[in-house]
Amino acid sequence: MQTRNHLIDTFKKTMRTFINVLPIIIGMILATSLVVTMFSEQVSSGLFGNGEIIDTLLGASIGSIAAGHPLASYLLGGELLGGGVSLIAVTALVVTWVTVGIVQLPAEALMLGTRFALYRNIISFIAAIAIAFLTFYTLQFLGLS
Amino acid sequence: MSNQKIKRGLGGWLFLALVLITYGLLSLVNPAATSQSLVFFTHVMLQVLPVLGLVFLLLFIANLVLKPKWIRHYLGSGSGIKGWVAATLGGMLSLGPIYPWYVMLGELRLKGMRNALIAAFLYSRAIKLPLLPLMIHYFGIAYTLVLCLYLIGFSMISGIVVEKLTSKRIG
Repeated sequence: MQTRNHLIDTFKKTMRTFINVLPIIIGMILATSLVVTMFSEQVSSGLFGNGEIIDTLLGASIGSIAAGHPLASYLLGGELLGGGVSLIAVTALVVTWVTVGIVQLPAEALMLGTRFALYRNIISFIAAIAIAFLTFYTLQFLGLS
Repeated sequence: MSNQKIKRGLGGWLFLALVLITYGLLSLVNPAATSQSLVFFTHVMLQVLPVLGLVFLLLFIANLVLKPKWIRHYLGSGSGIKGWVAATLGGMLSLGPIYPWYVMLGELRLKGMRNALIAAFLYSRAIKLPLLPLMIHYFGIAYTLVLCLYLIGFSMISGIVVEKLTSKRIG
């Protein structure tokens, strides 16, 4: 009897948590769908070609704003590489695509706190740029790029 | 119910209302883009639903089995290397969109999980184990290997930095 009550109480507690976060999840997916629809691949590919540093910042910024399946970042990254965009800029885009979420920021702030969400996204943005340069120069150092 | 949870609940409904108003306004200006966005939304929702089910199950099990004492031991301030390994591996294995995982991490934090490990979990999500063959296909094996090693290293660095920054008190 006690075990059954514990199970029911736990189920109710889990349901309450879910009902609280459901509007955030639905709202975020609606917002993401809007951003993805408005932001086409053609727009992003025309933006590059302004030098390594600006291209890297641009790649990291696009990845931060973009919200979609990571597979889309590989496809876009592959196309951009083929179009002559540097590996550093493409890496920054691919990494920020998953680690930084401007679109998801309101949901992250609501669920994990504004201070945490802001700091985490800023640090992740900086880290992505560092990773992009480190990956490129490591590959070059090893003679693999 | 804690104030934080009440605030989260009300904020969520307000946020959804704002997004729906945006959709309503956009449908007046650009109906084609609105319907395209709704098609995309339906597609993503269908992908998210199974993950939501999985997260609901994990939350239920966590609420049922995990005790704050246990969380503090394995993911709290004294968890050491065990905590880092658990958070990094957890992030790498976490599937689907990020939103359900925010819920899980928020609940684990209430039970004592460190901010550093939450940040490490979220950063290591950049390594998508099921997508690694595709990444290798597009960028090569050497690139994928080097990138993944840096991502693991930086998930820990970003965790430490985020914790240091968020633990600072103003004034």
